[in-house]
Amino acid sequence: MTIGVGFSVALGLLILAVAVFTIGTRDSFAAVVAFVVYGLLLSLGWMNLYCPDVALTEAAVGGGVTGALLLNACARVRSEKTSDFKKSPRWIGRGMAGLLCLALSSGLVAVVILLPNPAPTLAPEATRSLSATGLGNPVTAVLMAYRALDTMLEKVVLLLALVGVWSLASDRFWGGRATFGHLPEPDRPLIFLTRVLAPVGIIAGIYLFWVGADAPGGAFAGGAILSAIWILVFFAGLSVVPAVGSLGLRIVLSIGIIFFLAAGVAGISMAAGFLAYPEGFAKPIIVVIEVAMTLSIGATLGLLVAGPPGQSLKP
Amino acid sequence: MSIEVALNILTIVAVSGGAFFFLAGTVGLLRFPDTLTRLHALTKADNVGLGLIMIGLLPRVAWPFDALKLIVVWVLVLVASAVSSQLIGRKLWRGGDGS
Repeated sequence: MTIGVGFSVALGLLILAVAVFTIGTRDSFAAVVAFVVYGLLLSLGWMNLYCPDVALTEAAVGGGVTGALLLNACARVRSEKTSDFKKSPRWIGRGMAGLLCLALSSGLVAVVILLPNPAPTLAPEATRSLSATGLGNPVTAVLMAYRALDTMLEKVVLLLALVGVWSLASDRFWGGRATFGHLPEPDRPLIFLTRVLAPVGIIAGIYLFWVGADAPGGAFAGGAILSAIWILVFFAGLSVVPAVGSLGLRIVLSIGIIFFLAAGVAGISMAAGFLAYPEGFAKPIIVVIEVAMTLSIGATLGLLVAGPPGQSLKP
Repeated sequence: MSIEVALNILTIVAVSGGAFFFLAGTVGLLRFPDTLTRLHALTKADNVGLGLIMIGLLPRVAWPFDALKLIVVWVLVLVASAVSSQLIGRKLWRGGDGS
């Protein structure tokens, strides 16, 4: 057995072990920490399969954003009375859940094992039309050109999720600022870290978005980093969360979808149809949409973590 | 001894040293009795360990950008781990659960 195979097997076993721990542990905080570790290990696994695009997204979303969301949720659940929460389900419920999980897992295993060899792939076609888009990264071409509608609807879902979070606010706080649940007084080392990290993070986010045209990266990874920096700035108390009612904020949140829709509608008259790009102009249009999307994604993810507004503007 | 051999030896020695520090840090994390001593084991060992691995990898990557990236990664980890252990330590100091 070569070192490479041994590493892959060890990594796979480690991922499984962390997954089992995440489900099995009783402590919600420990479960969230294990989940973040699970996301990071999973992104190592994707790297091991030569999928840097998936690995980046998994690290940014699975490890980073979801981890922050879950930690926040964990703190909120803990601060409230959770007597009902701790009641464990009856054995019938457990059995049903176990059976469902077993069916799902064995179905997935069967699908993977029964795949024809070589597996069906669209990769050659994705690379063949790459020159028409002006992009160098086939993954970005799939996201922004071949399957642009999916990507746009994904952004709509993200925005809907934020609307869902906001709708949890009580009436008196509507239009006010989100509070991250309950933020403690910032420590000085945290303020220092934020001041050091913010410029680096902003450059890294923009770089990731920009390099996404030709290499692994893209709007989602870049936006996730920007949102992380934004959240850090709030945590350090260096800036306040913009009010839910502010017009500027709403424009930033929706500008990605607006640009996407505008390009799509323009495609009806200027190109082959909705979301088709005119020949020769594909790359500049894609870049403009991606700039807007990076901003929107960063703002949306940051505000998702910030939670529903809990502080009104007028005291 | 050619420069090539010298660089290979540097990589082997530095990366092995780094791996040893990671191992020592992990043992400390598992064996030490309370949070502050565990923090001590983690931050000291991981910072030095990562630094040694970076030094070992520097001759392997393209100069200047890849090498600079490695150095930036190390510096960022240094800052982040120093700050996060400070935050954990302060929380303890103010009367958290230190067990």
